[in-house]
Amino acid sequence: MSSLLIQNLKKSYGAVEVLKDINLEAESGEFVALVGPSGCGKSTLLSIIAGLESVTSGEVLIEDRVVNDDAPKDRDIAMVFQSYALYPTMTVRQNMTFGMECRNIDKATQAETVDRVAALLQIEPLLDRKPGQLSGGQRQRVAMGRALVRDPKLFLFDEPLSNLDAKLRVEMRSEIKKLHQRMGRTTVYVTHDQIEAMTLATRIAVMHKGVLQQYDTPDMIYNQPANMFVAGFMGSPNMNFFKATIVDGDVGLAVRLDGSDGPALPLGAEQAATVSAGQAVVFGVRPEHFSPAHEQRAERKGRVTVPVPVTVDMDEPTGAETILMARVAGQDAILVCEPEEAPKPGETMDFAIDMAKASLFDAATERRL
Amino acid sequence: MADTTHQSFDPLATGSRARQTRSRSIVYLLLGLFALLYLSPLVIIFMNAFRPLEEIVREGFISLPNMLSATYWVEAWSTFCIGGTCEGVSRYFSNTLLMTVPATILSTAIGLVNGYALSKWRFKGDTWVFGLITLGVFMPAQMTLLPWAFVLGKIGLSNTIAGLVLVHTVQGISFTTLFCRNYFLAVPDDLIKAARIDGAGFWRIFRRIMLPLSPPILIVCVIWQFTGIWNEFLFGTVFTSGSNQPITSAIVAFSGSGTGERHYNVEAASVIFAALPPLFIYVIGGKYFVRGLTSGAVK
Ligand SMILES: Nc1ncnc2c1ncn2[C@@H]1O[C@H](COP(=O)(O)OP(=O)(O)OP(=O)(O)O)[C@@H](O)[C@H]1O
Ligand SMILES: [Mg+2]
Repeated sequence: MSSLLIQNLKKSYGAVEVLKDINLEAESGEFVALVGPSGCGKSTLLSIIAGLESVTSGEVLIEDRVVNDDAPKDRDIAMVFQSYALYPTMTVRQNMTFGMECRNIDKATQAETVDRVAALLQIEPLLDRKPGQLSGGQRQRVAMGRALVRDPKLFLFDEPLSNLDAKLRVEMRSEIKKLHQRMGRTTVYVTHDQIEAMTLATRIAVMHKGVLQQYDTPDMIYNQPANMFVAGFMGSPNMNFFKATIVDGDVGLAVRLDGSDGPALPLGAEQAATVSAGQAVVFGVRPEHFSPAHEQRAERKGRVTVPVPVTVDMDEPTGAETILMARVAGQDAILVCEPEEAPKPGETMDFAIDMAKASLFDAATERRL
Repeated sequence: MADTTHQSFDPLATGSRARQTRSRSIVYLLLGLFALLYLSPLVIIFMNAFRPLEEIVREGFISLPNMLSATYWVEAWSTFCIGGTCEGVSRYFSNTLLMTVPATILSTAIGLVNGYALSKWRFKGDTWVFGLITLGVFMPAQMTLLPWAFVLGKIGLSNTIAGLVLVHTVQGISFTTLFCRNYFLAVPDDLIKAARIDGAGFWRIFRRIMLPLSPPILIVCVIWQFTGIWNEFLFGTVFTSGSNQPITSAIVAFSGSGTGERHYNVEAASVIFAALPPLFIYVIGGKYFVRGLTSGAVK
C-alpha cells in the first residue's frame, strides 16, 4: 500500500511555476528525502503535502485517499519546521499537548503520551520550561516531541537539523534514523544536506527548478545518477565531468578525453551498448574513483581500470584523505586519495579510473546514457 | 521576550576628568532648564488650585499660595455649578470614564483581531482592506463630523455617551489595527502553520498563541486610546450638550461662559482632575509603552 502518492502535481504562484509535474510515491514506512538546491521547491512541496498550500493541478493521496481539499488538521500528519515553530508562551509540556488538546483527547491520555515521548527523547527535565530557556538542540528535540505525540500517518520534516552545529547535527541525524526504525512511520524529509539524505533515506527525490530529476534509492542516485545535475549535486567533492568523444578502440568502443594524447579508455559492455563511435559525451568520474595506478586497487576487485596521467596543481589535506586539484588531459579535475599516496603539487602521476563506477552523459541533453 | 537591550555606552564618561565634569554639568543644566519649562504650566495651575480668588486677583497668577486649602478641590469636584447643574466636575468625570473605558476596550479588541487576521490570514484584497482601515489615521477629525452627526441622528444616539463610544471606537480602530497588524507581522508564520497542523482554528490560534504574545502592543493600544479618547474635545463638544458632556467639553463650557466672575481656583482644580487619569495610565504603563512601540514581537 502506498502511504503517500503525488500525481502530476503542479504549483504556480501567479505566472511563476514552482513545481512542474511532480510524481512521487512512498510506500508505508518509507523514509523519503527531498533534496535540491535552495529555491527548487522542496518546502513548497512539503507544504502542499501538509495542506498549508493549495495545489494548482494534480493530486495528493495519503493512504489512497485524495486529500487535495482537506484542511491540514484532517490529513493526520505531523510536521517539524526548520525554525522549530515552538509556541513561545507555552511550556514544553503545553507545546506537546496543544495538538491533543485541539483534538479533545482527555487529560489523562495527554499526560501519559507526553511522558512516554519525553522519555523517548530524554527531555523530561525540560517539560516545564519555556522554549526561550532551551538550547538549539533541546528545542529541536521538543519540536520532534511535538510531532511524535501525535502518532500520525505521515511525518514531515523541513530541514530540521539545519540550525544545529555540525556535531549536534550528526548526533541528531542518527537519532532520527533510530526513531524512524523504531516507529516505522512514513516520513518525508526535506534537506539540502546530501549526507543526511544518503544516510537516512530509503529513497531520495532530487529536485531542481521545480522538476523532479530522479527518485531512487541512495545507491542508485549515487552510482547511477539520471543526469548531470543529480550527478553533480550528490557527492562531495563534486563528480568530475570530462568532455570526451566515443571512439573505436582495440577491443570495442572506448572513450577519449578531449585534449588527451594517451590511449582511449575502453568501455564495459553495458556502457558500450548505449553509445556509438563519434558521439560527443560527458564522462563523469567521482573523485574517489581515481586511485594511484600502481596500487591496482580496483583490479584486485576484478574491475577494469585504465591509467591516466594526472598533473596536480594544489592539494588540500583534510586529515583522513587528501583532495587534489588537478588536470586530466588538460581539463580540471578533483581527486581524492589517501594522504600518503598523494603526489606533491606540480607532480604528474598515473591514476587509474574505475570504469565500472564511471558515468556517461549525453553532451547535449546532459542525460545519462 | 520583548526586552530592549541597552548598550552600556556612556558618551559622557570619556576624556579627561575636567572634560567629564564640564560636559556632565552642561547636559544636566540643559535638561533641568527644559524640564522646568515643560512643568511650569502644571506647577502654576496646581498652586492656583489652593489660592483664594481675591489673592489670585490681587497678586496675579504666578505666585506661591499663602495658605493651603482643599476647599476649591471639593467645590470643583462636587458642588460647583456648571451650566445650571451644581454637581461639580464629578458628573462629567464619570461621563468621560463611561465613554473612555468601553471605547478603549472595544477599539483595542477589534484592532487586535483585525491585526491578527490581516497579518496572518492573508486573503485576496487584504492590502486594500488594510489600506482603507488605516486611511482613518490620516483623515482629519473635522472631516468626519458631518457624516457622524448624520449617522448618530439616524440611529438615535445623538447627545448620548453611547454615541461617543461608537464614534471613538470606530475612529480608534484605524490606529489599533495599524499598531497590531505591524506588531503581529513579526510573529513567525511558522507558528500559525504549526498550530493549524496541530488542529487549531482561527479563534483558538488567536486565543492561545497570538494573545499571549500581545501584552506589549496591548499596552500601547490601551494607553494610546485611553489618553486620546479621554482628552478628546471636538466630538464631545459637537455631539453632546448639557449634562451628557465629557469633562473636556464641560470645563471649556464653564470657563468660557463669560457671565460673572471667573473662579480661577476652582477651574484649576477641575483641570487637574481632568488630567489625572491619563497621567496615571501613562505613569504605570509608560515604560511598556515605549518598549512596545520599539520592540519586535518574538525572537
Ligand atoms: N508565496 C510565494 N509567492 C511567490 N513565490 C513563492 C512563494 N513561496 C515560494 N515561492 C517561490 O517558490 C520557489 C520555491 O520555494 P521553496 O520555499 O519551496 O524553496 P526550497 O526548495 O524550500 O528552498 P530552501 O532550500 O531555500 O528552503 C522559490 O523560487 C520561491 O521564490
Ligand atoms: Mg525550504
